Amino acid sequence: MSAPTARDAGREPVRRRRRAGGGQPLVYAIALVVVALTLGPVLYGVLGGFRTNAQIAQDPSGLPSPWVLDNYTGVLTSASFWQYALNSAVIAGLTTAVTVVFGVMAAYPLARYRFKGREALFMVFVVGLLFPATVAIVPLFILITQNLQLGNTWLGVALPQAAFALPVTVVILRPFLAAIPQELEEAAQLDGTSRIGFFWRILLPLSGPGMVTVGVLAFVGSWNAYLLPLLLLQSDMKTLPLGVADFSSEHSADTAGVFAFTTLAMIPALVFFLAMQKRIVNGLQGAVKG
Amino acid sequence: MTAPARGGRGRVSSAWRKRLEIAFFVTPALALFALFVVWPIVTAVQLSVFRWKGFGPLTDFVGLRNYVTVLGDDVFVDSVVHNLIIVGGSIALQLPLGLALALLLNRRMWGQGLLRTIIFVPYVLAEVIAGVVWFQLLQPEYGVLDGLLGAVGLQAPEQGWLGDPDLALLTVLVVLTWKYLGLAVILFLAGLQGVPEELYEAAQLDGASWWQTQRKISVPLLGPTMRTWAFLSMIGSLQLFDMVWILTGGGPANSTTTMATYLINQGTRSQNFGIAGAASVILFVIALVMAVLYQQLVLSRDTRPDVVTVRRSRKKVTR
Repeated sequence: MSAPTARDAGREPVRRRRRAGGGQPLVYAIALVVVALTLGPVLYGVLGGFRTNAQIAQDPSGLPSPWVLDNYTGVLTSASFWQYALNSAVIAGLTTAVTVVFGVMAAYPLARYRFKGREALFMVFVVGLLFPATVAIVPLFILITQNLQLGNTWLGVALPQAAFALPVTVVILRPFLAAIPQELEEAAQLDGTSRIGFFWRILLPLSGPGMVTVGVLAFVGSWNAYLLPLLLLQSDMKTLPLGVADFSSEHSADTAGVFAFTTLAMIPALVFFLAMQKRIVNGLQGAVKG
Repeated sequence: MTAPARGGRGRVSSAWRKRLEIAFFVTPALALFALFVVWPIVTAVQLSVFRWKGFGPLTDFVGLRNYVTVLGDDVFVDSVVHNLIIVGGSIALQLPLGLALALLLNRRMWGQGLLRTIIFVPYVLAEVIAGVVWFQLLQPEYGVLDGLLGAVGLQAPEQGWLGDPDLALLTVLVVLTWKYLGLAVILFLAGLQGVPEELYEAAQLDGASWWQTQRKISVPLLGPTMRTWAFLSMIGSLQLFDMVWILTGGGPANSTTTMATYLINQGTRSQNFGIAGAASVILFVIALVMAVLYQQLVLSRDTRPDVVTVRRSRKKVTR
């Protein structure tokens, strides 16, 4: 190999690392195994939806032959599937909206005001990260169904989910808002903008990326939630995870049908994830960094 | 750092104005948090010292008797043990696997971005949905896993993976590893992005092998990420509910109950709200003790940037 020249110095680390690594075929082999183990169960479910129960019973690990669409069309033409999807979407949307609005409002003074008790207030949210939601679940159920009469409603699920999403939201947004340059705030003040005006006109537009990150986290958390909806929602108000669990236990003999229902329930989350992948990963990194 | 001098306005009124602004911004979040997080937790503590069936006033005060009942219940004690096994097992399985995969995927290779996406897919699926798929895969008769094992001449357990009390918890643990390994890998990869390229270059100049470079540079510098990941994993494992509820419902013979499935059973199915309250409080105390111990023993080593900023700003406030 030739000595590195200044021209390709930028690419050099890449080449060096590859050379130092060696054994590339082995790496690809491991990667293939990982992909198979990771996607295998998901793909098996997708393909299972295209088979009949007879096919599955006869040869559990075979491919669809012939491919049947009945399972999927059956789910897609059932009213309850769409009702569950709608409930999931509305609840996740409400949760996200409340989390982001209340979260960014709370993070603003915590990030940019100086006042006594600021760190203590912030610690309330940090400690909130430690509260296992399950600890509160039974009293929460009583509070929502008996005291607030929000039992079988979208709001009854969305509000507590937003409350439990707030700590991580505030913890992620605070450093984000604090990083907006002080000069901007001073310039705004010189122009006669109040702190609230600064919040509306400058801070909110600038913190779009941070809000998208926490919004995505709140949305995914709410979309995937099971325990609270399980306790609070019945019949027509159920969300997709509840629908999947119900379908699976009610039609336990109809494996192909269960696979079709499960696959279709996965799609929105997967599509959303693919669209928002960067944001989710950034958000998680933010959460880990504190 | 907000400029205190604001034109000719009176100091006092501007101070009050500031307080009002703070209250305006913080109150909605605090109110929601107080109502749906703090209040239920306080109520759980209150319920734990009463015998209550879900209606009427709290009159039947029983002191610590619910705690005695819960701690004397073999099912609950087993559930604590199961949670601890899940905590330890998750870390023991996912840490080495996640680290190995992150180090491998950190190398330049074809399809790297796609691979990172794929490995993250299980994490994005709802635990319930992943659980339903695995439930089908693990079925004793028509499940694909047993079929595949049979094809290579291996004998699947007679009662099925989830039906055998000795295997069920281990099976749950394996499914959880499948579900959450991607999170570890993604976080570790993110941590590796933070390792300065010059360190690798310097190691290269010193003639270090790939293995040496990973062992002496990547792994030590990933320390803080790994410790924080383990903390998140620990808190999650203590709350485990969805996957167990779907795969086994806590069975067979209570071999997979967790604290969460125990208290849901007591609280909603049996209407023993006092018992559920006591179990919640014990779960909370266990989580808190583990969190504090972990913070003191493990995380305190890291001079994490946020810890530094909190300390710094605290100094500023007191100054």
